[in-house]
Amino acid sequence: MKSFENIDVKKIRKDFPILNRTVNGQKLVYFDNAATSQTPQVVIDSIASYYSSYNSNIHRGVHSLSQEATNEYEESRIKFQKHLNADNSYEIIFTSGTTHAINLVANGFKKILNKGDEIIISQLEHHSNIVPWQMLCEETGAIIKVIPINDDGELIIKEYEKLLNIKTKIVFVNHVSNALGLINPVKEIIEKAHIFNAAVLIDGAQATPHMQIDVKKLDVDFYVTSTHKICGPTGVGVLYGKEKWLNKIPPYFGGGEMIEKVTLHKSTYSGLPNKFEAGTPNISGVIASGVGLDYINNIGLENIANYENKLLNYATNKLLEIENMKIYGISKNKTSVISFNINNIHPYDIGTILDKHGIAVRTGHHCAQPIMDYFNIPGTVRASFSFYNTKNEIDYFIESLKKSISMLS
Amino acid sequence: MKTLNISQIQDELIDEFAMFDNWMDRYEYMIELGKSLPIINKEFKNDDYLIKGCQSKVWVKADIQNNKIIFKADSDAIISKGIIAILIRVYSGHSPEEIINANSEFIDKIGLKENLSPNRANGLSSMIKQLKLYALAYKTKQNNE
Repeated sequence: MKSFENIDVKKIRKDFPILNRTVNGQKLVYFDNAATSQTPQVVIDSIASYYSSYNSNIHRGVHSLSQEATNEYEESRIKFQKHLNADNSYEIIFTSGTTHAINLVANGFKKILNKGDEIIISQLEHHSNIVPWQMLCEETGAIIKVIPINDDGELIIKEYEKLLNIKTKIVFVNHVSNALGLINPVKEIIEKAHIFNAAVLIDGAQATPHMQIDVKKLDVDFYVTSTHKICGPTGVGVLYGKEKWLNKIPPYFGGGEMIEKVTLHKSTYSGLPNKFEAGTPNISGVIASGVGLDYINNIGLENIANYENKLLNYATNKLLEIENMKIYGISKNKTSVISFNINNIHPYDIGTILDKHGIAVRTGHHCAQPIMDYFNIPGTVRASFSFYNTKNEIDYFIESLKKSISMLS
Repeated sequence: MKTLNISQIQDELIDEFAMFDNWMDRYEYMIELGKSLPIINKEFKNDDYLIKGCQSKVWVKADIQNNKIIFKADSDAIISKGIIAILIRVYSGHSPEEIINANSEFIDKIGLKENLSPNRANGLSSMIKQLKLYALAYKTKQNNE
């Protein structure tokens, strides 16, 4: 008989100390992985080790500690370069997160965009992917066009094709929707945009935990993610940019590290990647992020994806047995995220009672108000699974959900 | 019939909730209390009467009769409805002064302290703030007349 688990989940769970804790007197069932992933002991140890043995500012010291810290930091850069299959390590920029990375690129397009130029985003976007562009349009006079979705939550590619024209300068879409878990056809989106010489920025924050990303195969111009979604600490983001694009756009933050020469009247900027890494970075965070990446790669993203898919299917089938259940974003092409509502019960109520059972889910609009507006709902309950969740946890979740529903009916 | 003051109503609530020793019974009781919430008229369920800072929608309206403020409310979430019902039971039917001067320590004492957690504290604090703002507005209006 085929086993449900293709990875050793019991062993993996032992690597995550937080999974032992209780919440409201109940064992924690953590189903909010799309918000942030949990942290394995090796990553925790990496941070402690940094501060206890080699904490030192990087890139600028002649002494040994500084050299050690710099080596570790740059090694992390190479890890991410290899992981994303980028040509050069200087095409990997460390930021404070995906939101920062997106703002960095949006800011870079200030000089590139002219009045009447067009930016394409999708109706699925997270607010971090909408607001910087709206701000940019206010400043430059560019216009935003939106790729619509259908009732299944899928992007309507035919409509996207109609939006593309010679005035399109940049397209930006999330690889995987944070609210619905749907995987978008980004390769196709990129190919079509390039016909019009438009740049494409893909938000990969919800994709990198679940699939291998090859920026060369995608031929993407910019790809961003946050490492706290892939077992890293919070406060670190990764921006991949094609060299030609990173050279084209100006720096975002000015300060130390990103200069070549400074006088009181004028400064010249460093080359890549320093141009975009002003100030003292989150050194321990970047190093620990590399450790988190190694941890995930040791298990293997394909194995992780297979297992999470089983969890997704199991949970989806169990949920569909519940009366008045509505699941948003039904698609064969999804990551392990389920956004749902029980008719006539507010998601906030469900989330509150589930929390009493020790179950962590996310409720509300998930910073994706346009999707909620499309479905005309105040929000959803979102359960998102990771490779350290189990079938038993899903069973407990379903049982608690049924109890919550009867309490709230 | 003797009407209770705010402090006495708070004590009454503390006694009622003291009967329950687990969260499920407390929440069920709160949901029950929500069912007797004096409901705001449909025409006032708009942005003007919406309380900011809640994950769910909560509308509150205040009217004044014989120097007593009467609150009516509604919410699209059952638990929020229960919370606003409790607050209205405590603060409605009293003078602006009494409402402005009343404290809200009872929330902690009835075992709904978790509703003061940062996310929900927004909702709960916003609700109390709104009720007091209404009272302040009416008091100011009275002083100017």
